[in-house]
Amino acid sequence: MDLDRAWAVHPQVSIRPEPFGALVYHFGTRKLSFLKDRALLDVVQRLDEAPTARVACADAGVGEADLPRFAAALGALERSSMLVERAA
Amino acid sequence: MSRLVDLFEYGLDAPICLTWELTYACNLSCVHCLSSSGRRDPRELTTEECKAVIDELERMQVFYVNIGGGEPTVRSDFWELVDYATSHHVGVKFSTNGVKITPEVAERLARNDYLDIQISLDGATPEVNDWVRGPGSYDTAIRAMENLQAAGMRNFKLSVVCTRQNIPQLDEFKAIADRYGAQLRLTRLRPSGRGADVWDELHPLPEQQRILYDWLVAHGDGVLTGDSFFHLSAFGQALPGLNLCGAGRVVCLIDPIGDVYACPFAIHEEFLAGNVRGEGGFQRVWQGSELFQRLRSPQSGGACSSCKFYDTCKGGCMAAKFFTGLPLDGPDPECVQGYGEELLAARDDDASHPRPGQDHSHRTIRYSKSGKVPVRLGTRPIDPAAALDIKPNLARISNGGMPVNDLQDDPLADFAPSRV
Ligand code: SF4
Ligand code: SF4
Repeated sequence: MDLDRAWAVHPQVSIRPEPFGALVYHFGTRKLSFLKDRALLDVVQRLDEAPTARVACADAGVGEADLPRFAAALGALERSSMLVERAA
Repeated sequence: MSRLVDLFEYGLDAPICLTWELTYACNLSCVHCLSSSGRRDPRELTTEECKAVIDELERMQVFYVNIGGGEPTVRSDFWELVDYATSHHVGVKFSTNGVKITPEVAERLARNDYLDIQISLDGATPEVNDWVRGPGSYDTAIRAMENLQAAGMRNFKLSVVCTRQNIPQLDEFKAIADRYGAQLRLTRLRPSGRGADVWDELHPLPEQQRILYDWLVAHGDGVLTGDSFFHLSAFGQALPGLNLCGAGRVVCLIDPIGDVYACPFAIHEEFLAGNVRGEGGFQRVWQGSELFQRLRSPQSGGACSSCKFYDTCKGGCMAAKFFTGLPLDGPDPECVQGYGEELLAARDDDASHPRPGQDHSHRTIRYSKSGKVPVRLGTRPIDPAAALDIKPNLARISNGGMPVNDLQDDPLADFAPSRV
């Protein structure tokens, strides 16, 4: 996952916040995933507006040390088509 | 970080797997029907009430519903409700015996991306299938699959309830699914609804449980199970899935008259949480019901807590224990360690078992517990070899050869969680 590009939640994806984080469902692939904490949910919800994923992380208060962990999680979402690249 | 399953034990803001039985009416009379379906209930939710429920599900972001019955497609507003749900961001997966899946309907279904279909078949041969689902039901299901395939519908499900009679046919089921471009889905027979009357004769034998487990392990992700078989995890490695009883936590049932139960296999007062017609609707029931709160609080493993498999087996299925008269905090009747059998043998009389809370069976059906009711065989002759040496004590149906009801969806409906 390239943190320096612009990303968006796939138009067929629906996100439902839950006390532990969120459920993410893709109506196209019929896959359900879980965001296991609220901070990750916060990042994902900022992606559509932020110029890059890195900015979305910073706006959500993710520190440098935590970035690799968040990048990995976003990468997993991208691989399952939950996230798609968009024009910046 | 706690495991996801531990978080789920405390419940969610909305269910993940919501089963909605739209009608108790059914053209068939399967002997093991979990909802004792047959006749329509006059109190059935109206079209407008159903749409209001869908609006609510959309607000609660329930991503999809598993629609069943009865046979949901016999409701005259069925397609209207399906279209309404899918255009309101509520995906639909519905179970059917195939009776209404004509070539025209199949065309229409294939065009809707938010729709998934399960065709029920409980035998890989007409002999084994029609013995439980009724005469002609095998042909009906096969014709439906042919129509779906011809219409270009891909990846629909072939849904099989595993029984003593069909465990030897697992490979054949797989071949049928492959032939029609379908995905095979195996679920557990539970002693719910009319299933309680035939469970003793139909549920897989202990050695068959092992065969089933090995088969599931060998086929891995290629076969769906709706997380039905987590009690078999005690044979060794855990099977894919959530491995917990989701009743009232991630699963629930809305029945045709709007009653909300903890699980589709638990249609009994004891598990009745409320009604969608009440003030606050479904959301109030899901979030506020006292029963659901109780199910979401930590459960004691009882006699199971010292078992080393408790972590994945969790003592098995609540509904299976309840309807076989076993304590809810002890082993499953099909405990692979054999503890369930010991308890079953020690039970008092049948009379003490809880009975299903609703019975909409066609009045023409007679079904039996071993040997109590004389047997009438269906119109199709049973090949004794194919029927696997089981002496049918099941009652047969005298409804003019019309085929059968649909065994319902498993609550955790093929839920393949991936964590991020
Ligand atoms: S089917 Fe059994 S294990 Fe599954 S949710 Fe219902 S009661 Fe629990
Ligand atoms: S004793 Fe209980 S936890 Fe252990 S295998 Fe049997 S049902 Fe499962």
